[in-house]
Amino acid sequence: MVKPSGYARRSVLRGAAGIAVAGALATACGSNTGRGSSGGDGPTIKQWYHQYGEAGVEQAVKRYAKAYPKADVQVQWTAGDYDTKLATSLLGKDGPDVFEQSVARVDQLKAKQLVDLTDVFGDAKDDFTPAVLDAQTVDGKIYGVPQAIDMQMLFYRKSWLEKAGVAVPTTLDELVAAAKKLTNKKVKGLFLGNDGGAGVLGAVPLWSIGQNYLTDDQKKVGFDAAGAAPVFATLRKLYTSGSLLLGAPADWSDPSAFTQGLTAMQWSGLWAVPVVQKALGSDFGVVAWPKGDAKGAPSVPIGAYGSTVNAKSGNVDAAKAYVKWLWIDKTDYQQDFDLSYGFHIPARKSIAAKADKLKSGAGADAVKLVQQYGKVQATPGWTATMNTAYTDALNNIIRKGSNPSAELKTAITKINKELTTLYK
Amino acid sequence: MNGRRLPKRHGKQRTWPAFWVFVGPFAIGLVLFTFVPIVWSAVLSFFDAHNTVTPSTFVGLDNYVDMLTNPDFLHSLLTFTVFAAFIVPTTVAIALGLALLVHRLRFAKAFFRSVFFLPAACSYVVAALIWKLSVFNGVRFGLANTVLGLFGVDQVPWLSSASPPWYWVALVTLRLWLQVGFYMILFLAGLQRIPTDLYEAAYVDGAKPGWQVFRHITFPQLRATTVAVVLLNLIAAYQAFDEFYNLMASARGYPPFARPPLVYLYFTALGSGQDFGHGSAGAVILALLIAIVTVLQAKLFGFGRRED
Repeated sequence: MVKPSGYARRSVLRGAAGIAVAGALATACGSNTGRGSSGGDGPTIKQWYHQYGEAGVEQAVKRYAKAYPKADVQVQWTAGDYDTKLATSLLGKDGPDVFEQSVARVDQLKAKQLVDLTDVFGDAKDDFTPAVLDAQTVDGKIYGVPQAIDMQMLFYRKSWLEKAGVAVPTTLDELVAAAKKLTNKKVKGLFLGNDGGAGVLGAVPLWSIGQNYLTDDQKKVGFDAAGAAPVFATLRKLYTSGSLLLGAPADWSDPSAFTQGLTAMQWSGLWAVPVVQKALGSDFGVVAWPKGDAKGAPSVPIGAYGSTVNAKSGNVDAAKAYVKWLWIDKTDYQQDFDLSYGFHIPARKSIAAKADKLKSGAGADAVKLVQQYGKVQATPGWTATMNTAYTDALNNIIRKGSNPSAELKTAITKINKELTTLYK
Repeated sequence: MNGRRLPKRHGKQRTWPAFWVFVGPFAIGLVLFTFVPIVWSAVLSFFDAHNTVTPSTFVGLDNYVDMLTNPDFLHSLLTFTVFAAFIVPTTVAIALGLALLVHRLRFAKAFFRSVFFLPAACSYVVAALIWKLSVFNGVRFGLANTVLGLFGVDQVPWLSSASPPWYWVALVTLRLWLQVGFYMILFLAGLQRIPTDLYEAAYVDGAKPGWQVFRHITFPQLRATTVAVVLLNLIAAYQAFDEFYNLMASARGYPPFARPPLVYLYFTALGSGQDFGHGSAGAVILALLIAIVTVLQAKLFGFGRRED
């Protein structure tokens, strides 16, 4: 073979120098991420938010931070994969002092990442919606102050259902039948995401038959393979029926498939209401996931980001004081955050009562659904490993047609193994 | 030459600082961002490292035992061995075919060379988005479904359907489209290095142009190139991540089929899993597997053997 020439060696060096320069630039960009610094005296508190889609939220949270008198609060607005970035930053010493997350996980507590915030609540505790408070509670201690509630529900096109002579489905069998009737050459009956609901539905099928991921104490598996198999078999039947929209350009969280008329019904979230309202006017309704059998109830998954303090922070007390100030005491800021920008339900009942746009139409229906059926999917004991085991089973059942009870048994074995390591 | 040669010792003194000025930053980067993480990862693989990269609970080989008995991880290794067994020969055959065609062209050679090479300059992520959103989306106006629609075939949910596994059509075509051009360039370079007098000698000896010449002259002469292409391809197949992640994953994770080992490890260690012990053990196992397959393949085909 030909020996490398001088030219090749030179280009290698040039490449190396390029890498070195790029490295230096990357370092330069990496520093000083704190923006929106406040004028307050005292310690510096770094606060992280994930990227809210609605315009104005970023400016709003920076305005709140600036108004805090007792510390210099620097807000970081985190775009992209917030959960992964947060998890990585919590490993080291330079993570945020205050951050938001939707659930206080048992494995985070084992790693001593979270500060007990029970005492910052005071009398206000009863004002919070219990379900979202539970997601932040482990062994009676609360690790996060819920901010705003989001929820998922089923959207349907009123006029199309009327034309097809279909009633709003209240059981899973009715849903399957309705999807079939609403399907024609141009339109599919139902859209549950491009994976046929395997990803987004999560615990919903279990709730619809009165079961759950875990038992209430979070220490045992909360569903049984034989009992849960039929409802998953029905989801598989739905998937192969040809009445489910699959492979749409935008996934379930985006109402495009619904507003563009690709589907007559779609599973999506509260955040989609303004877009749908603009596109379809009042020609749509919202409803809970129908019950799976006589034992079950209609299901509505909810979730809320909660403000949390990092146990590795150098200023735990100052951070706690700030969280108390912003998310417990300053109800005017909370109301502004919850109601002025997107379409959320306030986590505090006293603020929810003041929300005018939640008093009529789809907004009012959504609030009613949350109050009647709202449940949190991700609970403190449900780890990523358990979720992978469960979602794998769902994918195999719904998309590959594997035997439901065998797949669920495999998932239960894996979840039990994780439970043993978690509580050994 | 004679007059310009400098005394040996003098030259050494002069080049030493220059050597470190140029190599230093690169070497530091390599140590800091490649070697330290590799060693750190190897260390982590012996610890219970949930939610921490400075663990204190030594667990010995437990993580390795767990990973080697973990059906999901083993399944992804098996899937990608099958995937490699398919994609490597296919890529080599198509790249070689294109190279032979382009090599024979009498006009517009540079044009076709560039056209076939162009996809190699495209980002995997961008290409994956184009494949997912416009070529292989499942609705009636997707490109693939529009073409099928002309023949009266119903719309196919390419990436959603797992039985039959249509998603492989999207995954394989994307990978071929992205990388065939690059390997074609390697083959072209190899073809240009074959001396023309070999062909002349073959014709004189009565070899028929076409298959006979290819079989006995061209292909044996391309051995070094072919082996290198197979090797690079094989490693790339086991390290598959980008287009798989971008085509198959949703915000709620990755389905259990067509899940590359790296995607599985990514969700174990870096996603909300944060289990660095098992993740690192899996990474070490994968690295060893790639090393073994590479060494075996090199032994079998004689990579680096002197060409006579």
